[in-house]
Amino acid sequence: MTDWLAPEDAQALVLSLKVAGLAIAASLPFGIWLAWILARKRFPGHGLVNVLVHLPLILPPPVTGYLLLVTFGTRGWLGAGLQDIGIVLAFRWTGAALAAAVMAFPLMVRAIRLAFEAVDPGLEAAAATLGVPPWRVFLTVSLPLALPGVLAGAVTGFAKALGEFGATITFVSNIPGQTRTLPTAIYTVLSVPGGDAHALRLIILSIAIATAALVLSELLGRGLAARIRGRR
Amino acid sequence: MIEIALTHRFSGVTLDFDFTAPPGVTALFGHSGAGKSSVGLALAGLFRPDRARIILGGRVLQDKAHFVPPHRRRIGVVFQEARLFPHLSVRQNLTYAARHGGARPRTDLAEVADLLGITPLLDRGTTALSGGERARVAIGRAVMSDPVALILDEPFAALDAPRRAEILPFLQGLRDRFDLPMLYISHALSEVAQLATTLVVVEAGRVLAQGPAGAILSDPALVPVFGSSEAGALLSARVGAREADGLTRVETAGGPVFLPGDLPPAGSPIRLRIRAQDVMLALGEVRGISALNLLQARVESLSPEGEAGQIVVLTVGKERILARVTRRSAQALGLHPGLGLRAILKTVALAG
Repeated sequence: MTDWLAPEDAQALVLSLKVAGLAIAASLPFGIWLAWILARKRFPGHGLVNVLVHLPLILPPPVTGYLLLVTFGTRGWLGAGLQDIGIVLAFRWTGAALAAAVMAFPLMVRAIRLAFEAVDPGLEAAAATLGVPPWRVFLTVSLPLALPGVLAGAVTGFAKALGEFGATITFVSNIPGQTRTLPTAIYTVLSVPGGDAHALRLIILSIAIATAALVLSELLGRGLAARIRGRR
Repeated sequence: MIEIALTHRFSGVTLDFDFTAPPGVTALFGHSGAGKSSVGLALAGLFRPDRARIILGGRVLQDKAHFVPPHRRRIGVVFQEARLFPHLSVRQNLTYAARHGGARPRTDLAEVADLLGITPLLDRGTTALSGGERARVAIGRAVMSDPVALILDEPFAALDAPRRAEILPFLQGLRDRFDLPMLYISHALSEVAQLATTLVVVEAGRVLAQGPAGAILSDPALVPVFGSSEAGALLSARVGAREADGLTRVETAGGPVFLPGDLPPAGSPIRLRIRAQDVMLALGEVRGISALNLLQARVESLSPEGEAGQIVVLTVGKERILARVTRRSAQALGLHPGLGLRAILKTVALAG
């Protein structure tokens, strides 16, 4: 690997995987919860929540990055408080994970929500008549039936998190070993004259990772369809 | 005992139900769209009407101040579409309530599976099952949740006649074995007649008549609701000896009738269903006729002539059966209340 990838490139790759992994692991439970609420509950503000979830998908990424900075920066209204208890996000890899999580969130929630919507609510009602409380119906009927879709959402989110650039560079900048992920590394290499050959390796790497993630997500999606059709 | 009073406005129809279901099987009979299923869903807690007062065995499930959520009602529901869990095996479906709902079934899995004839299916998935198999698994799953009452919402609507005939005995077995109050929702009069002890007739969102199944089925005023070809009454009988030609003698208050096929053992009480259109009337001694089943009967009343002819209410012992005749026949025979005659039964069905 080191023959083909320079140490700093390998570092960027490992950091990217770490950032995306943390982003998805930390946001998945919240994403499942929110997708479930959006799929099954009707409440005042349903539309507003839906819009807010999708906002990072539509906004220019630097806007999202800037909003993160003014919120979670060391002098941000949340960041200052977090700093007092020893949590610093701005210009740290954890901040990169936060930016990636926020940017991947809409895609993830959308896929998971569709999976929940494909589950027949009649099955949940049937489970309730069998004496099973709602949280347990969720864990034993809704979630298992939606699981392939949930995993597909997580994989898609992971791929999006790996590729996140605009919000990340705005929020946590481009610090080698700290916040320089694959996309920012490519950006850096390309901005140096004659860096194309170097960038090509990173680009091929990115394409390979994204393709693998999409194939995996597609396979999981097929699993969902089979699961809804049921066991034989 | 189940007491249900509810009102609810849908865009098309207003529901206004008030009835009591005593122990036994109460059938809610009515045509599609009459609001029967809404009543079942309200009892299960899956549908919340505008106003409702629902009491089950003295426990208030819903009134102005209370609403017991479905999972605390312990009312088993067999849905029209079975609603089996597709990611679980038949066995896991049957044990689901015990594993996750804290149910402690009074019966073990083997007994229920055996009663329903699904033992060979236990380790299979649910999606390749036939409609009849699905219905039986759904019934078993509901019974295994140790319910205090059972709702059957048109469980056979998706099945053809032979499948229904296959499953009805299982339901009769459940009724007799578990002594569960059952609310049976159906638009098929023959099923209702086979199972119900109490009949609630529903039309356009309200209760048209309610009472013991025998009395309701023999009410001539309800013949138009049941349909002139399906209307008919129930007659109590007792199984007698099987004769050499394979027919079984069955004793009724109006004399013996002879039934083919398998019947319960001699001495068992049974109910016969006699459709009004299958009854002919004759004065005096009847000779030279192929029909085997002749009952001694007495005319109790004649309904005013309807489009299907006249409905004659006959008393057989202490029970009533119906006969449908044309006005011309009624006049030719000189039918009048108190007249003794023979009722010739073209078809007699065992009603369970």
